[in-house]
Amino acid sequence: MVAKADAVKAGTKSSHSPASNSKPDLSSISSSFSLKTLKLKTKQQELLIRVTILCLVYILAFVTRLFSVLRYESMIHEFDPYFNYRTTLYLTEKGFYEFWNWFDSESWYPLGRIIGGTLYPGLMVTAAIIYWTLKFLRFAVHIREVCVLTAPFFASNTTIVAYLFGKEVWDSGAGLVAAALIAICPGYISRSVAGSYDNEGVAIFALLLTFYLFVKAVNTGSLAWALASAFGYFYMVSAWGGYVFIINLIPLYVLVLLITGRYSMRLYVAYNCMYIVGMLLAMQIRFVGFQHVQSGEHMAAMGVFFLIQVFYFLVWIKHMLNDTKLFQALLRIGVTSAVSVGAIALGVGTASGYISPWTGRFYSLLDPTYAKDHIPIIASVSEHQPTAWSSFMFDFHILLFLFPAGLYFCFKRLSDATIFIVMYGLTSMYFAGVMVRLILVATPAVCLISAIAVSATIKNLTQLLRGKTTQTMSGKGTSGTRGFSKQQGSVDQSIPFLKDGARVLLLGAFYLLSRYVIHCTWVTSEAYSSPSIVLAARGAHGQRVIFDDYREAYFWLRQNTPSDAKIMSWWDYGYQITAMGNRTVIVDNNTWNNTHIATVGRAMSSYEDEAYEIMRSLDVDYVLVVFGGVTGYSSDDINKFLWMVRIGGGVFPVIKEPDYLVNGEYRVDKGAAPKMLNCLMYKLCYYRFGELTTEYGKPPGYDRARGVEIGNKDVKLEYLEEAFTTSNWIVRIYKVKPPTSRW
Amino acid sequence: MANFSIATVFVASFSLLLSLSHSFSIENPTDRRILVILDDLALKSSHSIFFNSLQARGFELDFKLSDDPKIALQRYGQHLYDGLILFAPATERFGGSLDLAAILDFVDSGKDLIVAADENASDLIRSIAAECGVDFDEDPSAVVIDHGSYAVSETEGDHTLIAADDFIRSDVLLGSAKIEAPVLFKGIGHSLNPSNSLVLKVLSASPSACSANPKSKLSTPPSLSGSSISLVSVVQARNNARVLFSGSLDLFSNKFFKSPVQKAVNVKHHRVGETDEPSIYRINDDLEYLVEIYEWSGSSWEPYVADDVQLQFYMMSPYVLKTMSTDKKGLYHASFKVPDVYGVFQFKVEYQRLGYTSLSLAKQIPVRPFRHNEYERFIPTAFPYYGASFSTMAGFFIFSFVYLYSK
Repeated sequence: MVAKADAVKAGTKSSHSPASNSKPDLSSISSSFSLKTLKLKTKQQELLIRVTILCLVYILAFVTRLFSVLRYESMIHEFDPYFNYRTTLYLTEKGFYEFWNWFDSESWYPLGRIIGGTLYPGLMVTAAIIYWTLKFLRFAVHIREVCVLTAPFFASNTTIVAYLFGKEVWDSGAGLVAAALIAICPGYISRSVAGSYDNEGVAIFALLLTFYLFVKAVNTGSLAWALASAFGYFYMVSAWGGYVFIINLIPLYVLVLLITGRYSMRLYVAYNCMYIVGMLLAMQIRFVGFQHVQSGEHMAAMGVFFLIQVFYFLVWIKHMLNDTKLFQALLRIGVTSAVSVGAIALGVGTASGYISPWTGRFYSLLDPTYAKDHIPIIASVSEHQPTAWSSFMFDFHILLFLFPAGLYFCFKRLSDATIFIVMYGLTSMYFAGVMVRLILVATPAVCLISAIAVSATIKNLTQLLRGKTTQTMSGKGTSGTRGFSKQQGSVDQSIPFLKDGARVLLLGAFYLLSRYVIHCTWVTSEAYSSPSIVLAARGAHGQRVIFDDYREAYFWLRQNTPSDAKIMSWWDYGYQITAMGNRTVIVDNNTWNNTHIATVGRAMSSYEDEAYEIMRSLDVDYVLVVFGGVTGYSSDDINKFLWMVRIGGGVFPVIKEPDYLVNGEYRVDKGAAPKMLNCLMYKLCYYRFGELTTEYGKPPGYDRARGVEIGNKDVKLEYLEEAFTTSNWIVRIYKVKPPTSRW
Repeated sequence: MANFSIATVFVASFSLLLSLSHSFSIENPTDRRILVILDDLALKSSHSIFFNSLQARGFELDFKLSDDPKIALQRYGQHLYDGLILFAPATERFGGSLDLAAILDFVDSGKDLIVAADENASDLIRSIAAECGVDFDEDPSAVVIDHGSYAVSETEGDHTLIAADDFIRSDVLLGSAKIEAPVLFKGIGHSLNPSNSLVLKVLSASPSACSANPKSKLSTPPSLSGSSISLVSVVQARNNARVLFSGSLDLFSNKFFKSPVQKAVNVKHHRVGETDEPSIYRINDDLEYLVEIYEWSGSSWEPYVADDVQLQFYMMSPYVLKTMSTDKKGLYHASFKVPDVYGVFQFKVEYQRLGYTSLSLAKQIPVRPFRHNEYERFIPTAFPYYGASFSTMAGFFIFSFVYLYSK
C-alpha cells in the first residue's frame, strides 16, 4: 500500500522537485549530499518529512501532557496511582521477588492483602525498568519522577504504534494523521497526563500494539508477527484488566472473517499462534492465573480456537474430496456436531463449576443497568456511570463526526485489516457508551478511523487541485465531493467550479482540524490536568486559591499517630492514606471484600454508640472523613454517603436507605431524617460546624457544598474526639477514645 | 506497663477497719504517697488505727482539710499522689483545684481512690460515685435498716447499726483467713449500675435489709432492699486503678483489704526450634509463645501459679484458644500451629480473676501466605503430567526430524 501511495506521488513530483531541491541544501549537508548522489529524491524527501512529523508528534504527545506538572507540581494524581506508586517504590527497594510475594498487612486490616497476587504488575515493572535503566546510565532521578512521566512517555510511544497501525490498515498518510490525532485526543489524555500513574497509561499502548501486531500477522501470515502479537498481549495482560477486551474482540473478528468467507491460512497461523502462546504467557501473571481456561469471559476465544481447527479440517477434507455434494453433507454434519460438542462442553463446565460464570463487571458491560441493581459497589464509582453525550463531544470533538465518515471509507475498501478496525471501532464505541472510563478504549479506534477519513479526503482534494485526472477515485471523496468527481469522470476537467470547491473544502478541513487542536489543548489544560489531590479554585478577586488539605491531613497522620494506628475512612481514600500517611487502613480502593467495605459503611451510617462497637471490633484508632461544607467541594463524604448506606445495607439489612431519606429526598438541613442527623458520618462531618460562618450573609452552619443550613448544629461526640481538621476543613480526623476505664 | 495498685482488705475481729488500695509503680514500688482529705481533723484521731496501719505499711499520708485552698492532685502534669482517700462525706466543694473532673482524671490515669460516705453524703460524693457506676440511695435521709440482723444498741427500735456478713467469696480479695464475725455497719447503702461490669459488691446487706428513712413511716416500698444493697463496693478500672466505695465512714476502723497485683513480663514468641522473634509468620508455621506472670506478695514479685491462663490467636475472632502450661516458676508457655488463614493476628492473653489486677496482653503479628517457592515442587501426582509433556516434546522432535529428512 505504501508503494502504491508512493507511486501515485512519484508521478506528480516531477514538477515539484526543483523547488524543493533548495531546501535540503540549506538545512543539512548530508541530506543534500545523499539527495545529489541518489536519484530517489522525492521518496527521500517524503521519508524526511514523515520522520520529522513523527518526531514532532512524538514530542507533542509528551509535552501536551505536562500541563499538570507546570500548573501544580510533579506529583502523583488521584487515588489508584498512589497504590501503583507505593508498589513501585517497594519493587525498586526490595526487588522483584519480594514484590511478587508481598503480603501487605497495612491494608484491609485485619485481613491483609496479597499484593503480588492481586495486581497487574506491568506498570510497576515498566517504571522500575525505566528507573533502573536511567540509574544504569547514571541519571540520578527519583522514582517518583519516573512514575509521573511514565504515562506521557507511553502516550508518545502510542503515537508511533498508531502511525504503524494506520499505515498497515490504510496508508502512511492515514498513519501520520492517526498519530497526530491520538497524540492530543482528550479521551486519551484524560488517563495519561503526567502524574496519572495508572495502568491505563501503559495499557493503551499495549492494546494498540497487540492489535497492530495481530493485524500485521493476519496480513502477512507470518509466524513471527503472530508471536510478537502474543508478546504484546502478554504485556497487555500484565498491565491492565482490560485485556479481556482483546481476548474477546480478536475471536469475534476471526469469527466474522470465517462467516464472511475470508478464511485464509494467514488467519489460521496468526490466530492459533497468538492465542496459544498468548494464553500460556498470560497464565504467568498470578492475578490472571488459570482464568484463560476456567473463566466464562475467556471461553469465546477458546471456542473460536476449536472452531478454526474444525474449519481447517473441513478445508482439508474439501481439498482431498472432489465430490461437492458429499462435502456439503460432511460440512453440515461437521459444523453441527462441532457446535453441539462445544455447547455441551460449556454447559457441563459451567454446571460443574469448572468454568466460572461471568463476573459482575462483565455483566454490567453487557447490560448497563445490571450494576445499579445488583452491585452497588461498582455502580458507586463515578467513572463506571453511563456516558453522557456531552462527554463524547468533550473527549472526541470533531472525531465524533469523522468517525462515521471513516467507517464509510473502510467499507469502501474492505480488507482484513479494515474489517478489524471497523469492528474495534464499533465494539469499543458501544462500551464507551456503557461506561465513562471506556471512552479511553474507544479513543485509539476513533482516532484511526477518523484519520482514514481525514487522510482520504485530503488526498482526494489535493489530487483534484493538482489537476490530475481521477481514474477510479469516485468512491474516495467525501460525500460532498463525490458528486463532483462522478460528474468529472464524464465531463472531464471542464468545470472550473470543481477546483474552487475542492479548495474550499480543503480550507474547511484545515479549519476543523485546527479547531480540534485548540479544543484539545484547552481541555487538557483546563479539565484533565488537575491532580484531584490538590484542589484549585478561583478566589474572590480572581486569583488562584490552592487547597492542599489532603496532603496536610496525610502528613499529619504520618507525623502524629502511632505507627501501628488503624485509620478508618471510606474506601476512596485508602490508597492515599497508606501511600502518603503510611498508616494501616481498614478498606481501600481495591474493593475485593464487599463485606469489609459494608462493615465500614455500616459504621458510618450507624449511631455513634453502635459505630463505636464496630470500630472497637476492628481496632480502629482514627476515623477520617472528607468534608466540603466549608469550601464547597462537592465530592465529599456527605455526598457519597448514600452509597455507604446502600453498600452497608446490602450486607447488613439493619441499615435501610429510606431511614436516611425524607420522602425519597436526601437532605442535611432541618428537614432531614432523624437517623441522618445523628449517624456517625453526619456527626463527624458537622462537628462544631454550627459555630462557623462560612459565607457572608448566611447563618452559621451554612453548608456551601449543598447550599443549606445544616439541621443539627449542636453535635456532641461521646466516643470520639476531634484530633485534627485541616485548614479548609476538607479532611477531618477523629480519634476513637479508648473504653472509659471506670465502666 | 501502667501502674499497678494494691488493694488490701483484712478483716480482724469484731470492730471494723477498712483499708486501702494503694498504687505504686513497678519501677518504684516504695513510692506511695496518699492524700487524705478530711472534713474534720478529729477524724485523724478517731480513725487512727486505720491510718496507722497504712503508715505502718510504708505509705506516706498527707492529711488535708477539705477546704484547704492548696489541695492539688497534680502539678505541671505530674501527679503528686498515688492514692486519694476522701473521708469528707459532707463536703460540697473541695478547696484548691480538686473537683469532680480532677478526681475522675486522677482515677482515669490509673491511681487509686477510697471514698467513704455517710448519711450526710454530699452531691459531690454522690456524683463521683455515679461516675464509677455506684449509685447511693437518692433519698438523702435514707440509711440501711435491718430489722432482722441488727446490733443491739441503746435506742430501742433504731436498727441502723446492722450486722452484715455477706462478703464476696474471694480469697484473693479478702485474704484466706475466714471472716467469722459479721461486720457492723452504720451508714447508707448503694446499688450498682448494671451496665458497669467492672464494679463488684464486696459487702452486701442481708436479705432482710432495706434502705429507708428510719424516722419516717414507710409509705412506699423502699427503692433498695435486700441483698441488692451494697455496703462496700470496689471498682477495678480497665487501667487497673482501684476505687473503693463505702456507705459508711464509721466502717474504717479495723479491717484489712488485701488483693494482689499481677504483672506479665517477657512476652516472647518464635517459631519452634528458633529463638529470634520474627516480624511475620507464615501460615502453618509451628510457633511458641512464652510469657512470665508474677504476683506481688507485698514485698517482692512471686511467680503466679495457675492452670487456667489461656492464649488466643485472634483475628476478629479467636482462631486458636489454648490453655498455657506453666513451669510453676512464673513462666507460661503454649505452642501451636498457625491456622491456614493469612491476615493480621494478635496474641491475646485476657486473664481476669476476681481481686487480681486484670491482665490484658495483645501483640499484633501478621501472618503471610506461602511464597512462590515455598510450595512443594515435585509432587508425585504430577509425574504423569511431567511425563506427558516431556514425551510430547520428544515425540514432536522425532516427528519433525522424520518429516523433514525422509523422502
